[in-house]
Amino acid sequence: MQNLMGSPMEMELERTLYPYVTGSSVLAIKYKYGILMAADTGGSYGSTLRFKDIQRIKTIGKHSLLGAGGEISDFQEILKYLDELIVYDNMWDDGNSLGPKELHNYLARVMYDRRNKFNPLWNSLVLAGIKNGEKYLGVVTMLGVHYKDNYVATGFGNYLAVPILRKEWRDDLSIEEAMKILEKCMRILLYRDRSSINKYQIAEITDIEATIFSPYSLKTFWGFSAFKEPAKSAEGSW
Amino acid sequence: MEDMNLNAPHSMGTTIIGVTYAGGVILGADSRTSTGMYVANRASDKITQLDDNIYLCRSGSAADTQIISDYVRYFLHQHTIQQGQPATVKVASNLIRLLSYQNKSMLQAGMIVGGWDKHEGGQIYSIPLGGTILKQPFAIGGSGSSYLYGFFDQAWKEEMTKEEAESLVVKAVSLAIARDGASGGVVRTVTINADGVTRKFYPGDSLPLWHDEVVAHNSFLDILAGSSSPEPMST
Repeated sequence: MQNLMGSPMEMELERTLYPYVTGSSVLAIKYKYGILMAADTGGSYGSTLRFKDIQRIKTIGKHSLLGAGGEISDFQEILKYLDELIVYDNMWDDGNSLGPKELHNYLARVMYDRRNKFNPLWNSLVLAGIKNGEKYLGVVTMLGVHYKDNYVATGFGNYLAVPILRKEWRDDLSIEEAMKILEKCMRILLYRDRSSINKYQIAEITDIEATIFSPYSLKTFWGFSAFKEPAKSAEGSW
Repeated sequence: MEDMNLNAPHSMGTTIIGVTYAGGVILGADSRTSTGMYVANRASDKITQLDDNIYLCRSGSAADTQIISDYVRYFLHQHTIQQGQPATVKVASNLIRLLSYQNKSMLQAGMIVGGWDKHEGGQIYSIPLGGTILKQPFAIGGSGSSYLYGFFDQAWKEEMTKEEAESLVVKAVSLAIARDGASGGVVRTVTINADGVTRKFYPGDSLPLWHDEVVAHNSFLDILAGSSSPEPMST
């Protein structure tokens, strides 16, 4: 039996496990009035795209969104314990509430502690939130690496999305501009990441409220002449 | 074929299915339990009762899933006494998840919980390796399920009738048995709705024939004789 801290109650050698049902990239970007987060709704089982309607972004308390890639069972467990944290916080009834900065720190401590015990929670987490008008966007990995930035991506997104986000991000993006940038990244991940699926959920957090929208799909483009006639310029080309 | 590995742990290669329909759920499974290459039990029952209104489809290690279902049956019994009313499908599924998640390094159990309660009606919960829990309109599991993803993508519809759902489940398990060496034997189904629970049994000869399968005979002699054979004697 284990709790979130990862130490077994009996003397037992726990080793790093392997993930079974995994979520792919999570993307997030700060815009003028808040933060947008996006993730597909897929859960892979090895190379099989087994589950196609998993929600990988959830609201935490009043001020934050948590998105996760990696092992879904570990994400579900983290959500349960964050739930408890929020309930205890509310019980103080002192007008104060846990903000994104505190949650990010809490998660970073937990992930690093589990890493030190060689029993990690196999997730890459994206924590986004606003409190008192201040936007916060951070990442915590299964190794306990944590950082914050104006735009983040996990998994394959680190390689394919971050360079695009880096080039196109500005301080005063409108929600439409931010959405277009995210969708550009999501489309490229769909083309190039084998574990991605064409069914996404966008989540938005502003000072007023957090919203997780219903799943939708993106159109893709295959109309390049080189795609249609691959052998035209080089015979026997593949 | 020298080493049939007769001391390998009993594993249920398996095909398991859970499907919701307009009034409840239908659970289906094959009946093969293998020890390495040997079929230890050709008529096993992989659909196990957790409570009056809640059943569990088991795949993976036979030992692991048996002990998990024993524990959860025991917990649910206590829970029912404490609550004074029947346990909900959600509670049963989360108990399975707890055991699965907390012992993930030791267990090899892929399970589907299906049942009916008066609060939410018919529900199916999938609990694969690792202890993820997912509520789904239908779920497939076990080694035979690999051959059914395409089939369900095409054949599944919301709000089927009981008859449509039952024939879908039987067809699917039968297709999986045709291609998965680790699945075989008979098809068992359990239907759970407001009226109660019904078990059905479909022996191999009652199932449709698929590609490259031929009609069964008692003996080649019957074919030579060109006539149909009398009923086999039962012992």
